[in-house]
Amino acid sequence: MGKAAKEKTNNLMRGADGDWEVIVGLEVHAQVASKSKLFSGSSTGFGAEPNSHVSLVDAAMPGMLPVINEECVAQAIRTGHGLNAKINPYSVFDRKNYFYPDLPQGYQISQFKQPIVGEGTVTIDVDGETREIGVERLHLEQDAGKSIHDQHPDYSYVDLNRSGVALMEIVSKPDLRSSKEAQVYVAKMRTILRYLGTSDGDMDKGNLRADVNVSVRKPGAELGTRCEIKNVNSIRFIGQAIDVEARRQIGILEDGGQITQETRLFDPAKGETRSMRSKEEAHDYRYFPDPDLLPLEISEDYIASLKQGLPELPDEKQARFVNELGLSAYDASVLIAERENANYFEAVAKGRDGKTAANWVINELFGRLNKEGLDISASPVSADQLGGIVDLISEGTISGKIAKDLFEIVWTEGGDPAEIVEARGMKQVTDTGAIEKTVEDVLAANPEKAEQARAKPNLAGWFVGQVMKASGGKANPKVVNDIVKKKLGV
Amino acid sequence: MTVDDDTVRRIAHLARIKIEDSDVAGLRSELSGILDWVEQLNEVDTDGVEPMTRVAAHKLKKRKDVVTDGEMADVVVKNAPFSEDNYYVVPKVIE
Amino acid sequence: MAELTGLTLSEARQKLRNKDIKAQELTDAFLKEIEAANPDLNAFVAVTAEKAMAQAKEADARLQKGEARDLEGLPIGHKDLYCTEGVTTTACSNILSNFVPGYESTVGANLWGQGAVMLGKLNNDEFAMGSSNESSSHGPVVSPWRRNGKDGTPSDDKLVPGGSSGGSSAAVAADLCLAATATDTGGSIRQPAALTGTVGIKPTYGRCSRWGIVAYASSLDQAGPVARTVEDAAILLGVMAGHDDKDSTSVDMPVPDYSAALGKGVKGLKVGVPEEYRVEGLSDEVDQLWQQGIAWLKDAGAEIKTISLPHTKYALPAYYIVAPAEASSNLARYDGVRYGVRVPGNDIIDTYEKTRQAGFGDEVKRRIMIGTYVLSAGYYDAYYLKAQKVRTLIKQDFDNAWDDVDVVLTPTTPNPAFAFGEKTGDPLEMYLEDIFTVTVNMAGLPGISVPAGLSSQGTPLGLQLIGKPFDETTLFQAGEVLEKAAGPVRVASKWWHGT
Repeated sequence: MGKAAKEKTNNLMRGADGDWEVIVGLEVHAQVASKSKLFSGSSTGFGAEPNSHVSLVDAAMPGMLPVINEECVAQAIRTGHGLNAKINPYSVFDRKNYFYPDLPQGYQISQFKQPIVGEGTVTIDVDGETREIGVERLHLEQDAGKSIHDQHPDYSYVDLNRSGVALMEIVSKPDLRSSKEAQVYVAKMRTILRYLGTSDGDMDKGNLRADVNVSVRKPGAELGTRCEIKNVNSIRFIGQAIDVEARRQIGILEDGGQITQETRLFDPAKGETRSMRSKEEAHDYRYFPDPDLLPLEISEDYIASLKQGLPELPDEKQARFVNELGLSAYDASVLIAERENANYFEAVAKGRDGKTAANWVINELFGRLNKEGLDISASPVSADQLGGIVDLISEGTISGKIAKDLFEIVWTEGGDPAEIVEARGMKQVTDTGAIEKTVEDVLAANPEKAEQARAKPNLAGWFVGQVMKASGGKANPKVVNDIVKKKLGV
Repeated sequence: MTVDDDTVRRIAHLARIKIEDSDVAGLRSELSGILDWVEQLNEVDTDGVEPMTRVAAHKLKKRKDVVTDGEMADVVVKNAPFSEDNYYVVPKVIE
Repeated sequence: MAELTGLTLSEARQKLRNKDIKAQELTDAFLKEIEAANPDLNAFVAVTAEKAMAQAKEADARLQKGEARDLEGLPIGHKDLYCTEGVTTTACSNILSNFVPGYESTVGANLWGQGAVMLGKLNNDEFAMGSSNESSSHGPVVSPWRRNGKDGTPSDDKLVPGGSSGGSSAAVAADLCLAATATDTGGSIRQPAALTGTVGIKPTYGRCSRWGIVAYASSLDQAGPVARTVEDAAILLGVMAGHDDKDSTSVDMPVPDYSAALGKGVKGLKVGVPEEYRVEGLSDEVDQLWQQGIAWLKDAGAEIKTISLPHTKYALPAYYIVAPAEASSNLARYDGVRYGVRVPGNDIIDTYEKTRQAGFGDEVKRRIMIGTYVLSAGYYDAYYLKAQKVRTLIKQDFDNAWDDVDVVLTPTTPNPAFAFGEKTGDPLEMYLEDIFTVTVNMAGLPGISVPAGLSSQGTPLGLQLIGKPFDETTLFQAGEVLEKAAGPVRVASKWWHGT
């Protein structure tokens, strides 16, 4: 599915002796939005007291057994649909065996050879170019607990609250060609998951993280040896890690060295990647099907019913905004980035001009929300109120400038826009008689300027500004403009 | 299948079981003996045979997404040889 | 007192209901027997006297009011592989020597929920890995049976009771409890039953819940009873069995009333005799007993047919790949972090390695290492995958047989009880004990061992019946016929009393 990238010179990294192509593949781990864990009934809630969201099963006590959560299965299938991927009606859970204190069973229940979701695609827009990035597979697996290493010189503290929470591991094909593309891919993945409601994609909470595979090669050459950078937990760091790692590899190769395939960590403070000491020994995970579970079988009917129940996805919504509401691709992409924002916009745009609505939502509302660090859910101006402002403009009741003042009033004080305009006399003056009088007054007060304006009609704008000022901004600017020109005789 | 000393040590490490040097020879001989004996399975023609994926003939039962468990930190930590403030405590792990 | 401890479970239940005896006196009688016998037999690793008497007291109250549950007041022993709330559960391993679970296994809860009285925890091979109970961290179990010695007196040689459920079989054979719980992964209920003249049944895989039972090999483990009679085993299995939401491998099917099916006989039943079980070197006396069993069933109206189960001989090597593989993973949780014993080390890896070195016995280590090896990179296909394919063929052999027969008759073990140390020289020699029983676990079928007679040494021999999935009923019916024909197989003298 993923086509080889067109070689754009601005994607290549310049080394000491030529250009290098950067190949990136991402394994995104997204925590499944569910109330309880994948194989146990404990809560998935964040921030609880240590080991309080832990059951006997999570603690791997003797004799404990896994029982699968049906909602986690449904969420994985929904995500598969959102990625236009093949859903596998038969999949198997395997044990991935290794020892680590935050892995109480001594194995992680995952899916190795037969995952629940197969190949799919994610469409991304990077600098105006549309690319299709291939998804290899998606599988369900248990998350591990958390170890705290920095509280004591000799001890580590283990909290199993996160142990057993359902994760979706979404593996891309190595189709990405730059740090920017990787960032856009992750952002898009996150948007899709949030639209679907299958993961909240909160990177701050660690609910979305990525293992980044990076290799470099001279354009047209064989794929290079890749290194895996584990657990990168912000989009910003993903970009930095890729650039830093690609540079590191290029440096080694240009010095005549070879890349060792290994697992690395990104250190944002130092801006470098470093090898993970404990993972230096090659892991032999001894995968085998988990004998405490049976193969997972899902009917085609069930798969189809989940597809029907999906909300409109980002790509579909964006296309609809462009085709039906006349928005530019760029504006549409801004609005669909978060579903709540898109919903807000649609409420404003209902029965109104889409472009105008988009302009007000993006430039005025989002601008103000960003300035105050607020989420759309905390907006003091509702979609109804904003729509009301847009209506007043399109009816000609107020001017664009007055509308901005009105917005400010509604933001800080609230209230119905039409009532405020009425109460505070903010209506646009269109009475030509009154405007004519003001124009004549201004012309009479400024005879030299009037002379200059008759000679150079461009200078008429000054008079328009003066008349607008004199009217307290309420005069209809177009009408003022026409009357000034008429009176000047230009 | 004869295993060598290095393999015995590697397997013991994978299994996180410490073995003394004096154990190696004995383990090597025992494991080799058992592995030799199971080699007879190669006599069986298994072409086209599916591995046994389920023993009992039924489907995997799923449970509803409801919180029914947990909230028992003191119970799950009770048996730990070393715990503090409901954390399990282990020797420092170096990343 | 011997009148009380010698009762069958069914007899004791009747007497309690008839108010001929009281639950507390019955429990007390067994506790006294255990006290007298355990220093010699070592069948019990923990005796829960206070708890037992409290349960018995409650039972008497219920019996008095006519509110008796199925197993009200009946004292049984409980294998130390089952987690018991508030009572140490060690799996007879040093690594769990201090483990006290805060939870009860589902099977255990089923039994106590029907009023059964728990006398204590029974000895077994460490982590259920063994066929002689010689690998327990609590020391070996001595069988109540003794071989004939020279000049008519019994030999002093300590005999094994079989394994892994050696404590269970010894305790039942020695009248230390009415019956016992056990588990069977490759023969661990049936082989000890055969070696002690008791009845042991491993039900169909998925019949009983595995929740709360220390796991050895997940796709093979099953819970089941060891009892004095087929009827007793039927009563117990009826309570032990049933679907459990907490065990994904347990089957949601109703449990039949096994007792109601007893006495129906075997008229018209088609009994298969598999030629491949007539292995090279099969002793004459075992072969003769087998022939005797065939004759008994035929006399009772069954139709005997020779069948072929062509992959029989590969079951044991396949088992010794699959079971250790699953065990190596199931036992990874014993790392000294959250429970059990911890041996401090220089760092986390050293701690794991020292803890498991000290905590596991030799046989457990051996199987973990075999299991780790056969799953490791490069070997998975050749060993584990191959063994799982052979397993499919073994099951297919039985599936084909069910077209022609209803039940299969074989000897349970190739030999009677042996003495301590006789088979511990070479692991393979011990593994061969399960040669007739592992096929049943590999195919997921039910199997029962019924005492059929005595060897030339005066020690018990058993016959095994293998049934269709979830057809334990036929096993009890046919088992009863064999049991009746064979007559009682009981310990000659309770030598530990000093008589």
